[in-house]
Amino acid sequence: MDELKIYTYIAVFGTFGLYFAIAIWARAGSTADFYAAGGGVTPLQNGMAIGADWMSAASFISMAGLIAFLGYGGSVFLMGWTGGYVLLAMCLAPYMRKHGKFTVPEFIGDRFYSKTARIVTIICLIVASVTYIIGQMKGVGVAFSRFLEVEYDTGLYIGMAVVFFYAVLGGMKGITYTQIAQYIVLITAYTIPAIFISFQLTGNPIPQLGLGSTLADGSGVYLLDKLDMVVTDLGFQEYTTSKLGGSLNMFAYTLSLMIGTAGLPHVIMRFFTVPSVKAARSSAGYALVFIALLYTVAPAVGAMARFNLMNTIQPAAGENINYAERPQWFKDWERTGLLAFEDKNGDGKIQYTADAKTNEMVKVDRDIMVLANPSIANLPNWVIALVAAGGLAAALSTAAGLLLAISSSISHDLMKGILTPDMDEKTELMLGRVVMSISILFAGYLGLNPPGFAAGTVALAFGLAASSIFPALMMGIFSRTMNDKGAIAGMVAGLGVTMLYVFQHKGIMFIPGTSFLGGLDANWFLGISPNAFGAVGAIVNFVVAYLVLKSTSPAPKEIADMVDNFRSPHGEIAAAQDH
Amino acid sequence: MENSSYWQENLRVIKICLVIWFIVSFGCGLLFVDILNTIQIGGYKLGFWFAQQGSIYTFLALIFWYGKKMNDLDKKYDSGE
Repeated sequence: MDELKIYTYIAVFGTFGLYFAIAIWARAGSTADFYAAGGGVTPLQNGMAIGADWMSAASFISMAGLIAFLGYGGSVFLMGWTGGYVLLAMCLAPYMRKHGKFTVPEFIGDRFYSKTARIVTIICLIVASVTYIIGQMKGVGVAFSRFLEVEYDTGLYIGMAVVFFYAVLGGMKGITYTQIAQYIVLITAYTIPAIFISFQLTGNPIPQLGLGSTLADGSGVYLLDKLDMVVTDLGFQEYTTSKLGGSLNMFAYTLSLMIGTAGLPHVIMRFFTVPSVKAARSSAGYALVFIALLYTVAPAVGAMARFNLMNTIQPAAGENINYAERPQWFKDWERTGLLAFEDKNGDGKIQYTADAKTNEMVKVDRDIMVLANPSIANLPNWVIALVAAGGLAAALSTAAGLLLAISSSISHDLMKGILTPDMDEKTELMLGRVVMSISILFAGYLGLNPPGFAAGTVALAFGLAASSIFPALMMGIFSRTMNDKGAIAGMVAGLGVTMLYVFQHKGIMFIPGTSFLGGLDANWFLGISPNAFGAVGAIVNFVVAYLVLKSTSPAPKEIADMVDNFRSPHGEIAAAQDH
Repeated sequence: MENSSYWQENLRVIKICLVIWFIVSFGCGLLFVDILNTIQIGGYKLGFWFAQQGSIYTFLALIFWYGKKMNDLDKKYDSGE
């Protein structure tokens, strides 16, 4: 076994051992423990747990890769995901905490005094969460197969077993404390290579500053200027100005990601774990510090990875390297099929250009950038091992949060809330665990047999959260009069418009060939891509809800009183605590 | 009565935050990016910097300012939490 493999085994199984130890220490004894960690998590701890929950395999593995290839266009993810968090922290979390229930469907069911509203929310939540889990499970499988060279399937089984152990046993309590550990693992794994690379390239160890510095090669040229020059020479769009679609599309995309993120139930749930509204606000602040650490480093990781990649292939203009002399990381990733070369002009050298006719790097998967980055920069093996553990921590922590959101919506909202209201706490806790186990098996199955539409469904997940859950929560909090009919009509309309748009461009239920308008950009409404359409769905939701409210009677007085109560700083904080 | 003036002040804080939130992200990062890009700070074009760094730092400042303002408000209205 080579050195890298030994280090990787130590890093991965060392961190797994830590998660197991935490799970045993923090077992859940009550439903309050299971759903909300007994409401006794401190804001600093909760901030870290939110950070880990929030930052998924997508943030850790995919985002910097997207930025590397989209340049400025990748900003939609940076602003969208962090900006959405601001909305959540200011407009939703404090009031929902004050109301003091366990789940998002429960809040909507109470506020709109309607079981139908609760059921609509449960459906949106489950579809959005399951979609997300598939991505996390795939991340686990890929990380294992690349770094430990076990089968993808075996990697997935190990991942499932780990999540099963601490999520089912510990519920929210176990998940919270594990996520704290996972945050530390993932942020260390993300920033250490970035610091090394930033120092190598610019002499400045702080990546956020390195990105704006001159190169350390003595040329005095700024890194970003050099990168712009290199990529435009090869026919690519200028790095710092290349837009993603048009300006309107970027605007709508950013807005959709923001409100979609703010409506993701597994993160909202996290705010039910703190003891007070004040603590909910300060957890939000800490969490954004922890999130911003990764999100401000990511642009540097992306740009520097692109820079190193270009430089490896073409150390100087016109001097492309010979394929036979390609570095070891190139060979490693070729084996996975995620990187592919084809010598089109037969000169034995690698040409990487924007023109499909002459480009010989026929496949460069964006997702490999973060994982390959340390090897491209020739960093020591222990750093590469750390990245493997970090990617797994990011995927597992988010998967656990999502599983909890799914199991609570089924056992707490659907069963206890609607079907069998007289179930006692012990049965509910048991049921919660059973549902979570089934969810893990289901998620594992989908990870093993990823549906062909997996990529397309990300648009659906954000679209669902943006067009249904977010507007309903906003109207529930900021309007005293919004009634059940308005809210339900709004959710159904917003959801309908968004799904119709996604389906007509990506196929009904993503079945190829059924997209009646085709995936063509020319047919996009105002040039807005299906991924960016959630914002339009949300506007439809608000408008329809308002029109229905105008023609029906407003919410009854006791509901208005309830709204006044969760807006007010006074009064009992109806507890997610069991005292 | 007291509740509703608390709520009005609360809304004012949120509005101020959201206006700044919009200006740094959608304004500086997207709508006016080309104009701001004519200004260079170190190696960063200013518009690009707002889109990939500045907006996030501003979000951080906002969320802490919001927390502080709301705690002051709670104190002013003597929340017994």
